[in-house]
Amino acid sequence: MAATVPFRHRRVLGEVALYLAAIVAASWILIPVTVSLLYGFASPRDYYNRYKVIPTAFTLKHVYELLFVLDSLKAVFNSVVVALGTIALSFVLGLPAGYSLARFIFPGRDTLKLLIIITRMFPIMVIAVPLTALYIRIGLSDTLFGLMLAHTAMALPFVVLISSSIFAGIPLDYEEAAMIFGLNRLGSFLRITLPLSAPGLAATAMFTFIISWNEVFVASVLMLVNRTLPAHILTMVTYGCPDYYRFAAIFIMVLPAMLFVFIARKYLITMWGITMR
Amino acid sequence: MSLFFKDKSSFSLLLERALPYLLVLPTLLYLMFFIGYPMSQAIVLASAGPGGLVANVAGLLNDPYFYEAFSDTLLLAAVIIPLQVLLALGLALLINVRFPGHNILLYILVLPLTISDVAAGLIWYSMLAPYGFFNRLLMGIGLIRRPIYFFGYQFRQMEFLAIVITEVWRATAIVFVIILAGLQMINKEYVEAAEVFGANLIQRLRHIILPLLKPSLQAALIIRTLFAFQVFGQVWILAGRDIPVLAGEAYYQQVEIKNYSAAALYSLIIAGLSVAVGLLYIKLLKPQYAGGGG
Repeated sequence: MAATVPFRHRRVLGEVALYLAAIVAASWILIPVTVSLLYGFASPRDYYNRYKVIPTAFTLKHVYELLFVLDSLKAVFNSVVVALGTIALSFVLGLPAGYSLARFIFPGRDTLKLLIIITRMFPIMVIAVPLTALYIRIGLSDTLFGLMLAHTAMALPFVVLISSSIFAGIPLDYEEAAMIFGLNRLGSFLRITLPLSAPGLAATAMFTFIISWNEVFVASVLMLVNRTLPAHILTMVTYGCPDYYRFAAIFIMVLPAMLFVFIARKYLITMWGITMR
Repeated sequence: MSLFFKDKSSFSLLLERALPYLLVLPTLLYLMFFIGYPMSQAIVLASAGPGGLVANVAGLLNDPYFYEAFSDTLLLAAVIIPLQVLLALGLALLINVRFPGHNILLYILVLPLTISDVAAGLIWYSMLAPYGFFNRLLMGIGLIRRPIYFFGYQFRQMEFLAIVITEVWRATAIVFVIILAGLQMINKEYVEAAEVFGANLIQRLRHIILPLLKPSLQAALIIRTLFAFQVFGQVWILAGRDIPVLAGEAYYQQVEIKNYSAAALYSLIIAGLSVAVGLLYIKLLKPQYAGGGG
């Protein structure tokens, strides 16, 4: 059949099929995100009208009540504190390691790298259960700091691998030139390599933020009173809550992720490429 | 400190040689402590109680939820992973055509990477709930009169389906990114040569692209399998314990029942499964690196 269709028409047909596939793929992702966000803001009148597919009247009431009446604001605060602490801790520990793996060739380097890749594949969530017992003993149970430590264990391999590839992308010549002009290694790192890798590291920080912000299992097991946002929402849903609060929760949980994709889109694909290889 | 050395230069030389190790050491110690210590503690916890490890394992084996959690976790993985690989392969091939606007589609497709399992579960709840988007839509255009129910114990099969849809929606992006990266590393000349010799799309795919994509496909498969053992948030949101999974039971035993031995056993099972898959991964990928890529 294809042979009877003129070549030019076949090309047009191909283009149409291509764009049709692209539109279907985009809708598959975008429709659930958009609709669920709209439902979070739907006014009760629209929500209880079963035949209203897409709400047209909106209210901030559900998001407001979720935050201030159902205590989610405190959970958001806990999540942000833990995520920022995780960034700080995993950067302090991980950036030197990333720099070392990027800049030095030394015996055992490949073994070390492999070790870090293997820990990345280890399901860190399973440390949560035994960690609870330790935390009770040393007085860290139900503390934001304790959760921060656990999230750092989860994020650290990623930070090392991503930062190592960022540092490797900065030409060594720049550092050597700085050292010829009298800076020591630390100085040349702080004054040359670090500023040049700042955009990539900022994207890495956001990536780390999302890892911690999204993590629910460790947070739910370790934190029974000081719930973080995903843990708080999980409990809320488990014990039953009206649908409109569930929909409103989507907005609060997804917002940082959306901002991240928008700001760090340049680095996004490369970064996931590195971490998943 | 330089007292211990004959002169300053031999100390700085030693420091220079030790520096790479010193820089990696904090990370290494941290990870060793936070993985090694809890795992050894898990074995202690699993053996705690009057009957010791044997009694705790027996307790687990007497719990019908254990078998369901084990089989449902594996069944979910067996259904979800092939779907994800096929879909991701199609999407990666689509993006790789590099039509105008393919970058926008790329950003849209990776969006779910940043959405947590809990949020994805809620998003699909809003789609499939009795008065969620799809039921409203279908009732709106008059295709159905009463909503299709996806949630509740009596609709367990539908709950399973909802979890599958959610996971395919959320986590196909990881597979997609890995396959796309692999696809972009393939030398275009191979594909063009095949085209010159008259190979059609299917033939090019089967004989050129897929064999060259094998390492990426394997990596994607293994990583997805590892994540599949940890499935928790979306299952808990959509089905609770109607569809028991290993991580869900660990959470339930730990937080709700306070049976720490059982929770520790579940942790060890997940860790054991992951280590087994990880070893398989290293075993599969090593010959390829040794062979210089093939």
